[in-house]
Amino acid sequence: MAKVLVKGNEAIAQAAINAGCQCYFGYPITPQSEIGEYMGEHLPEMGRVFITAESELASINMVIGAGTTGTKAMTSSSSCGIALMQEALSAMCCAEVPGVIVSVMRGGPGLGNIAPAQGDYFQALKGGGNGDYKIIVLSPSTVQEAIDLTYRAFHIALKYRNPVMLLADGVLGQMMEPAEFGEYPYKDPDVTQWALDGANNRPARNIVSLHMPEGEMEMLTNRIFKKYEEVAKNETTYEDYLLSDAKLVLTAFGSVARVAKAAVKRARDKGMKVGLFRPVTLFPFPDKDLHDTAKKANMILDLELNKGQMLLDVRSAVFGACPVEFYGRPAGGLLTPDMIYNKIAELYAKLENTTKTEAGVR
Amino acid sequence: METLVYKRPESLLKDGHFTFCPGCGHGVVLRIIAELLDEFNLQKDTIAISSVGCSIFLEKFFNLDVAGASHGRSPCVATGVKRCKPDKFVFTYQGDGDAATIGFNETIHTACRGEHITTIMINNTNFGMTGGQASATTLVGQVTTTTPAGRKAELTGYPLHAAEIISKCDGTAYAARVAITSTKNIIQAKKAIKKAFEAQINGLGYGFVEVLAACPTNWHMTPVESVEHIDKVIETVHPLGVFKDITAQENK
Repeated sequence: MAKVLVKGNEAIAQAAINAGCQCYFGYPITPQSEIGEYMGEHLPEMGRVFITAESELASINMVIGAGTTGTKAMTSSSSCGIALMQEALSAMCCAEVPGVIVSVMRGGPGLGNIAPAQGDYFQALKGGGNGDYKIIVLSPSTVQEAIDLTYRAFHIALKYRNPVMLLADGVLGQMMEPAEFGEYPYKDPDVTQWALDGANNRPARNIVSLHMPEGEMEMLTNRIFKKYEEVAKNETTYEDYLLSDAKLVLTAFGSVARVAKAAVKRARDKGMKVGLFRPVTLFPFPDKDLHDTAKKANMILDLELNKGQMLLDVRSAVFGACPVEFYGRPAGGLLTPDMIYNKIAELYAKLENTTKTEAGVR
Repeated sequence: METLVYKRPESLLKDGHFTFCPGCGHGVVLRIIAELLDEFNLQKDTIAISSVGCSIFLEKFFNLDVAGASHGRSPCVATGVKRCKPDKFVFTYQGDGDAATIGFNETIHTACRGEHITTIMINNTNFGMTGGQASATTLVGQVTTTTPAGRKAELTGYPLHAAEIISKCDGTAYAARVAITSTKNIIQAKKAIKKAFEAQINGLGYGFVEVLAACPTNWHMTPVESVEHIDKVIETVHPLGVFKDITAQENK
């Protein structure tokens, strides 16, 4: 299939259709409304389900209904809309209901603004829902990757019976880029062993999230955390960009990573040994790989469009193997290649000085 | 000659025992639902959606597939299920705290969309499971744990009349309020729930039946006093009746 020029939000919508998404339930919010508009145009004519729900509470709970029948379903929203879905995401993890949630981040807190931002890393990864649970979070940094990860989101949602979030931001949602759809590359698991379709020739089933008997919730939680270990083993993904000899390693996810790449290139041209470690899966976070990378590096520079959220996972992974610096702008402030390059140059000069001083002492 | 006068419905679990308080209305309504599902031969083709409150433990009583929903969101879960499995029978079982208070927005929109599902709402005018706090349907003057001096209209307004409001939605095929305070009323209640089920089976739209039911524990009344309280007091505020039946309109 040939490459096409496509907007990020529409690419995600078309990829969902290609992935066999039978239902879309959503509520409009900038900067992701094109997803719902695209679904509203295409799903009904394909005989699939499209509903503009009365709220984000309603849309995610409709996804739950579809998910309990083993049907591929999706919702999409942004920041304050995703905030309304947190109770349901916790319930989905508990009841093991699959579903795909697209989060196209805007500026926050509060209603914030409609500029691109990454302030919802905590929201996606550390949850606003109750209890011990994890949603799987995939972070695309190009329109092509948004397509590929949308395919993957639908597959692993069914594979692990867990909600999967595609965490994009306003830059990626609104930008146009050449990309290729190809075909949905996965073979999905059989759902007939657990899905609800009426107790016909089998005992009645239930998919619920209340477990009152003593010890039952503890056992269930331990079991789903075993599952998360499997997810970490099988799904952890990151991009290694010029890391092999990097003394200064940048960490960044999503749209910031692509800006960081441009700055890394420029620094390399100037002879600085700089690389980029880009987590593609945010849960599972590539902590072992980042730790190994940090052991070989002299410093990590974490770049984010927020006040330092992935930073906590980066520090936890690095675990003292080398110093970690942070550079970011919140709530709609963007990082340009120049700004990142200047920060690289500043830190790299410090590194060189430190290395020289240490050599002198020896 | 022996005549079978009592048969446990197939739609109830053989070893399922109702765990409600003495005099509670839930058991009667669950039994009516189970009998009707048997009569329509729907036990193998039904997905029940439970809610939050005393209405939650459906999977412990029904021999049916059950999906659980968060507080107030059963109609949304039911919408998702029904749109994916349009040939299955889907109903929500909710209380007034769930369907008329935290989830009334969802109830109204489900009705307006004309979803082919059925909602049975038990109205006992309080949050039963959490110990009897005031809900949206609580009567003015009613003593609850959050209105110990009685609900005062000037402070917390007036009770919400769910069945009447739902009847005004264009997607509603059937909306009624019934009681289960006497044999006659139980028969009427079963007829109403049957009508609401038929609305779904015949693809006519949303069916909503509000059932006035006793909550002796939280009302601090005996079961007998509770039944009298429904007939003499609650029905004056939440009157019984069929507020919409599009099949009756067709027959005119």
